[in-house]
Amino acid sequence: MSAAALETRALSMSFGALRVANAIDFRLEPGARHALIGPNGAGKTTFVNLVTGALHPSDGQIYLEGSDVTALPQAQRVKRGLVRTFQITALFRGLSVLENVTLAVGERLGTASDLLRPSGRRRAVIEEAFALLERLGIADEALRPVRELAYGRQRLVEIAVALGLRPKVLLLDEPAAGVPSSETGTIIDMIEQLPAEIALLIIEHDMDLVFRLARRITVLVQGAVLVEGAPEAIAADPRVRQVYLGERERA
Amino acid sequence: MTAEAATHVTAASVVDAFARRHRFHWAEALPWIVAIGAFFVFPDYLALGAQILATILFGLSLDLILGYAGIVTLGHAACFGTGAYVAGLLAAHGWGEPVSGLLIAALAAALVGFVSGAVVLRTQGLTLLMLTLVVATMLYEAANKANTITGGADGLSGMDVWPVLGFHFDLYGQTAYWYCLVTLFLCWLIARCIVHSPFGRSLTGIRENERRMHAIGSPVFWRRLTIYTIAAALAGISGALISQTTQFVGLGVLSFDRSGAILIMLILGGVGWLYGAFIGVPLYMIMQDRFAAVDPVYWYFWIGLILVLVVVFAPSGAYGLGDRLARALRRRA
Repeated sequence: MSAAALETRALSMSFGALRVANAIDFRLEPGARHALIGPNGAGKTTFVNLVTGALHPSDGQIYLEGSDVTALPQAQRVKRGLVRTFQITALFRGLSVLENVTLAVGERLGTASDLLRPSGRRRAVIEEAFALLERLGIADEALRPVRELAYGRQRLVEIAVALGLRPKVLLLDEPAAGVPSSETGTIIDMIEQLPAEIALLIIEHDMDLVFRLARRITVLVQGAVLVEGAPEAIAADPRVRQVYLGERERA
Repeated sequence: MTAEAATHVTAASVVDAFARRHRFHWAEALPWIVAIGAFFVFPDYLALGAQILATILFGLSLDLILGYAGIVTLGHAACFGTGAYVAGLLAAHGWGEPVSGLLIAALAAALVGFVSGAVVLRTQGLTLLMLTLVVATMLYEAANKANTITGGADGLSGMDVWPVLGFHFDLYGQTAYWYCLVTLFLCWLIARCIVHSPFGRSLTGIRENERRMHAIGSPVFWRRLTIYTIAAALAGISGALISQTTQFVGLGVLSFDRSGAILIMLILGGVGWLYGAFIGVPLYMIMQDRFAAVDPVYWYFWIGLILVLVVVFAPSGAYGLGDRLARALRRRA
């Protein structure tokens, strides 16, 4: 068996008596299009925080391309290609769209620790960031402060910042959260066009988005994996219907 | 112009827009023209002028950590006072050469910044605020106790500062004024270079959204510690300038008053645009000088009153006022 892009073994975490992650075994294959779903409070965002290193597990291991990264700080995991986006847009709101992306590109290329040469002279960094904005169709807004953008466009910047880091594994935490349904399509199209070699894990509530994008689905309930399988199997699974899909059951 | 740019944004145009950001703007010459002009217009106030210039440097160093990295500190006097005492002790013990004194003071203050920063920058918010205060208070008490070295509450006297590059320090404060002005100018160039560098932009990123900086792989702690150390060195130079030009060091250089006052001065001028100190410090110190002359007992009341007005009506300081004015003018046009 080849190494998974991302793998967790018996990943656990408790806040006092509350177990928010309960021995989660999870594999994300290279190039995967995998969705993680579950009702509110199932521990999806906790899982993302554990995997990226924002939280430390009380037990279990995390492997990135086969090597144990459980003890690595967040920044080191990012350098190895593990990148996330945020459910609630987490951008540099006062800075321009382009600057948001140049910060990420600069960190990846290691130019961000330079104290001497003006950032405005780093052509390669600026051009790469701008090319990303063109790809996502937000180049026209490059010089506007992020806070002036419509929310749907901010979600695209959110993804642009992540892509500036050239991820191998990309965790999209509710990419369409807060976006009007008329604009969800743009975000889905954009995710579909992501390079195939990026292993994608999508944490999402929007079932249209999940069933359009995912080729594999994991259902998380009360901090533990309830079931994992192909979308059709998940949609047909009675337990999943009961805990999650409920009245929104698909025909 | 923005409407035009919005329809025609190309790679070349954004590269150009970014390249323009760090170019010198004519308005940046204003503080220096005013400072040089003041030398000729107010020959009787050069001693005060030198103090103002040195304090601007203190405010500038605070702006680097507060305005750019978003680190709120109530103990910046720790670095200022360290610089002041180190320069003072050197001059009192037979090494009165001022320029090397400045550099040694900068190193000592940087060391204080690095060591204390390595501890306090692991915390955030109120804890950080309290710890910065604690560091300054500890140094204050240490200087108070070590009265055989520092002179304690009586202050350090017996400093003998040698001529700076051949110019004797005169009674009118002419040499002191130029010495402070040139030092401030060089330090400003360094600060300006830092804030426009990719490192400086990443500090702004930390201020805007620290969580995201972690998520894009930025070593946030080290970035903060680096700027904290640099700002400490600049504050140390500022303290050294004051002790060398007044030939005296008192415990006040390490006091809470000193940390608090510089924060107020910077807020008056506006935080996070590099020029807040150039406006706030002269404003505060000239007000203080004038109020104290008119009303020697209650002058602090008047300063307090003005501060309340500023916080209520111009919360971003002089910078915010200027910005609002510029916008209003643009709307008219």
